[in-house]
Amino acid sequence: MKSLNEILPETKATTEFPKFRSGDHIKVHVRVIEGDKERIQPFEGDVISIRGNQENKTFIVRKMSSGVGVERIFPFNSPKIAKIELLKEGLVRRAKLYYLRELSGKAARIKSKK
Amino acid sequence: MAGLLGKKLGMSNIFTADGNRIPVTMIEVGPCKVTNVRTVERDGYTAIQLGYGEKKESKTIKPVLGYFKKHNLTISRTLKEFRIDDVSPYKIGDELNTSFFAEGEFIKVRGLSKGKGFQGVMKRHGFSGVGGTTHGQSDRLRAPGSIGSSSYPSRVFKGQRMAGRQGYESVTVQNLKIVKIVPEKNIILVKGAVPGSINSIIELHKK
Repeated sequence: MKSLNEILPETKATTEFPKFRSGDHIKVHVRVIEGDKERIQPFEGDVISIRGNQENKTFIVRKMSSGVGVERIFPFNSPKIAKIELLKEGLVRRAKLYYLRELSGKAARIKSKK
Repeated sequence: MAGLLGKKLGMSNIFTADGNRIPVTMIEVGPCKVTNVRTVERDGYTAIQLGYGEKKESKTIKPVLGYFKKHNLTISRTLKEFRIDDVSPYKIGDELNTSFFAEGEFIKVRGLSKGKGFQGVMKRHGFSGVGGTTHGQSDRLRAPGSIGSSSYPSRVFKGQRMAGRQGYESVTVQNLKIVKIVPEKNIILVKGAVPGSINSIIELHKK
């Protein structure tokens, strides 16, 4: 199968992100359009999954918001992402951290790399 | 209606300027050659026959080969007729490409759906199955249930939906929007899904 990047090279995301992996703590700066104004809304949390490849690649960020777990799926190519900040590198043993959904409080912490 | 032939390349997605994701199917469209023109005088109806793809001479049967040689054309893999009212702008050997369509246009797409093999009534016709496993019942979860009454009519009505071969049939999808056209690569991006597997032949019809 041909990838879209081969067909339309201009669709390739131009923004460069820092390399992050599952378990890392990141801050995604999301462009939000309200009426005709645009502002940046940060979404800070742990990366629990990176899936897909090329133009279909997405990652999931999970955070606890006043006691409730919130997850957002971001496509890497999305023009809505203004910037990604890598805040903490996590030390985890698997690529998909879905087990965190079952955990809460102290157990749901991810060890960070020294 | 008039249309073109193409090949399904697969699906992907693109983003609009305001950040919305649109699912698209990538279709290689043409270039198609006009291989024959049907006229009322000769054939009793009007249509153009289009050829798409390439085929080896050694793989072509002689009557077809002779026809292509006669008109000095390269051999097409697929031939298909499109009924149109006015054939006067077309003549044999003309090439049609993506410029036939415009961005933002709504088209009709036809393809041969993926074969599913012999399937039961739940998948094939959306039956809900017989249900429970209580009262000693087992092995009936995906069963069709009753297929008719008893002594009258003493037979099963024609057209009773049962298990059987599913898929591998012509499927038409209406009103698919052309999101983007890449003329230099003969590729059209259509919003949504298109019947058939990757590399299958697709007909694109103007509405």
